[in-house]
Amino acid sequence: MTKNYLKLQFYSLPRNQAFARDAVAAFCLELNPSLSDLSDVKTAVSEAVTNCTVHAYKGDLGLVTVECEIEDEELHIKISDTGKGIPDIGKAVQPFFTSAPSDERSGMGFTIMQTFMDEFRVNSVQGEGTVVYMTKSFKAEVENA
Amino acid sequence: MIVSGCVSGKVLYISLSGEMDECSAQSARAKCDKLIDDNLGVTKIVINLSEVAFMDSTGIGFLIGRYKKASRLSIPLCVEKPNFAADKILNLSGIYSLIPKEN
Repeated sequence: MTKNYLKLQFYSLPRNQAFARDAVAAFCLELNPSLSDLSDVKTAVSEAVTNCTVHAYKGDLGLVTVECEIEDEELHIKISDTGKGIPDIGKAVQPFFTSAPSDERSGMGFTIMQTFMDEFRVNSVQGEGTVVYMTKSFKAEVENA
Repeated sequence: MIVSGCVSGKVLYISLSGEMDECSAQSARAKCDKLIDDNLGVTKIVINLSEVAFMDSTGIGFLIGRYKKASRLSIPLCVEKPNFAADKILNLSGIYSLIPKEN
């Protein structure tokens, strides 16, 4: 399979969340994903892009960049913002941690990204922004005879 | 997201239809809460998720918010018929221990 690459850049508007997850899902169709894998990718992208809107830019307008690369039946996703950054990543990735409990936020965004994707990591610099890297493998699982 | 409700017996059935994300949740919250406020005489609330085509963690926050509201009113709340993707998220969150899933 040849490599493929996609780059999207858009304003951190809530209505772009659906667009971003649907675009990434459409891009990875060439990997013949199962419905379950496709749904995992859409959900993880939705979580990362929502974090940009809600936390990185706090409702202000900023740019969100989504880059996807397909290589060796793996989908690599990089979602970045130039917003306020995460003060304590260790805390932020804990299940049920939320910096905005009054807004009915579940604090499960990073947990979902970690659980639904095969690889996950996040880099953040306060005042400069956050980058989330995620990988989903679509390699057919080899069953032992 | 379309929110519709009907009362049958003493049960308020609320049906959600569409995609549940941060963008759609706000109006869904308001519509859902209005349905609850307009039907305070019910003894149970059932939220039907069968037509929810997509849900991210916003759905967990949404359901916990409605659970808190229903608890204040002493009305039990449950959900029914999440699709496999919504079910995966709701299972992961452990929310079914607060809001049982009925089949």
